[in-house]
Amino acid sequence: MTDMEARHSVPDRTQGGEAAIIVEHLTKRFGDRVAFNDVSFEVGAGEVFGFLGPNGAGKTTTVRTLVTLIAPSTGTATVAGIPLLPENGSAIRSRISLMPESPGLYLRLTVTENLQCFAGLYGLDDVPGRIGRALRAVNLEDRARDLCGSLSKGLRQRVALARALLNDPAVLFLDEPTSGLDPVAIREVHDLIESLRKRGVTIFLTTHRLEEAERLCDRVAILNTTLRMIGRPDELRARLFRRSLDVRLRAPLGDPRTLFGAVSDVEQWEQTSSGYVLTVANPDRAAPVLARALVGAGADILSLGESHHSLEDVYLELIDEDVEAKSR
Amino acid sequence: MSFSWTRVGAIVHKELRDYRRNRFVIATMAAVPVVFTTLPTIQLIAADTTNKAVSLHIGLSLLYLLVIPVTMPSVVCAYSVVGEREQGTLEPLLSTPVRREEFVIAKALAALAPTLVIAYAVFGIFLAIAALLAHPVILSAIFTGSHVLVQLLFTPLLAGWAIWVGIAVSSRSTDVRVAQQLGVLGSLPPLAIVALMSLNVISESAGLAIAFAAALLVFDLLAWRVVARMFDRERLLVNRRS
Ligand SMILES: Nc1ncnc2c1ncn2[C@@H]1O[C@H](COP(=O)(O)OP(=O)(O)OP(=O)(O)O)[C@@H](O)[C@H]1O
Ligand SMILES: [Mg+2]
Repeated sequence: MTDMEARHSVPDRTQGGEAAIIVEHLTKRFGDRVAFNDVSFEVGAGEVFGFLGPNGAGKTTTVRTLVTLIAPSTGTATVAGIPLLPENGSAIRSRISLMPESPGLYLRLTVTENLQCFAGLYGLDDVPGRIGRALRAVNLEDRARDLCGSLSKGLRQRVALARALLNDPAVLFLDEPTSGLDPVAIREVHDLIESLRKRGVTIFLTTHRLEEAERLCDRVAILNTTLRMIGRPDELRARLFRRSLDVRLRAPLGDPRTLFGAVSDVEQWEQTSSGYVLTVANPDRAAPVLARALVGAGADILSLGESHHSLEDVYLELIDEDVEAKSR
Repeated sequence: MSFSWTRVGAIVHKELRDYRRNRFVIATMAAVPVVFTTLPTIQLIAADTTNKAVSLHIGLSLLYLLVIPVTMPSVVCAYSVVGEREQGTLEPLLSTPVRREEFVIAKALAALAPTLVIAYAVFGIFLAIAALLAHPVILSAIFTGSHVLVQLLFTPLLAGWAIWVGIAVSSRSTDVRVAQQLGVLGSLPPLAIVALMSLNVISESAGLAIAFAAALLVFDLLAWRVVARMFDRERLLVNRRS
């Protein structure tokens, strides 16, 4: 871990409005196993907040904690304006909704019957009207009378989304809403989330897919047991995007430490099989200075250029570090 | 937020719809009454009518009938939690405002309703067959003493016990079949006491029957609270062998 990641800082609210979720130093342990540790963040009202992390990062456990299904080990949180306390469980749950990792539909019941059950559980009025609107929102009106067991995976996912929309939640939790779907179905779910965002629904979305978080979210937090980074996707990209120069020389340098140390832009360097990789603050400024220094030291430059890391490379690297850290 | 019968109703309604389309539950609901009307009816018709044996035969026949409220809820209740967990429906269900007292009583009522309908219907059929086919001595013996009272009283009370045992077992199990078997096993003790009364080992009297019924009733009401306590959301959700 480098110190550039803001681990505990509470991010500023992007949308200016009041916070839909406030999490402070939240930790959940199962016996000895830590599911997530010392996590702090805020989600603004109307924001689409992405919770990004690899398998086992603690995403589902975080969601379950925030929807009051499991109790945190330590830390505090406020969800939909209500403190996360055991006695507030029912009140919090009436103001939010959850679309879990697997749709969890009653397969022997029709789409409408599934929704009727949940409308009753939320104590809603105008049940047929609400069911109609929810089904329209996910384009499923024509399947209302089908048994859920007869629906494809993508359609079941949509029913689960309609179910989560029934109570007009203040915060909608979506746990990996596109996992296991084909590209067409993923596209549909993305479009749905996009339209919910336009309607101002606050969404807490977990995913292990980077491009999904980038595409849908106003802000993204990267979790791997602890919170690694948090920010707008473009901010993350800039912060994650470590800029570096690749240098290939005919022969290794005699004293690379002194030479690279003299170039002020170079923050870090390492030797590779074919030359050197230098981490620099500004490649455009560093490259000419470095070239002159190398030539001055009598090195034969084969190539000198900026190397490109995709966001994904760096993300994977970030995750890898953690795997190493865990195995220690 | 306080206790809501709307939420209870929503789950009961859903449960009954689900049972109606669950082949295993339907098969059980059909098979149990067939078996347990056939045996006591044969018992009754084939019975000899000498004084001492009559009472014993009737006791045995009626005991068979009481197996229905004991076994049916066990089978049905086993689905109540394990079934939901297997289907992955527990997580969305528990993320609604439903309280655990509501959840538990809904599951119990959903099992009690079909059990009572079937058990009383079978008892009715049994009486009808007895009226048509049994020896008049036997028929009149059925209606003397506390036989009918015991039957009417103990059907819901035994079912109540079986339901709470079934739900409690189900909330701790990971497999529907195991839950069903443990549930049936746990439902038998009170039936054994009823059996001792029916078979005249303990001398049967209306007073004793009512005292025992009252004890069962108290148990059934207390069990609601106890079983609700056991329904910790986290444990329900997390209790899985991974
Ligand atoms: N009930 C439990 N008992 C013990 N450990 C658990 C339990 N639930 C989760 N964990 C552990 O907590 C960690 C986080 O799990 P979690 O399911 O939250 O991860 P995730 O980010 O949702 O992963 P995935 O992408 O696979 O869904 C894992 O190490 C997991 O094994
Ligand atoms: Mg998960």
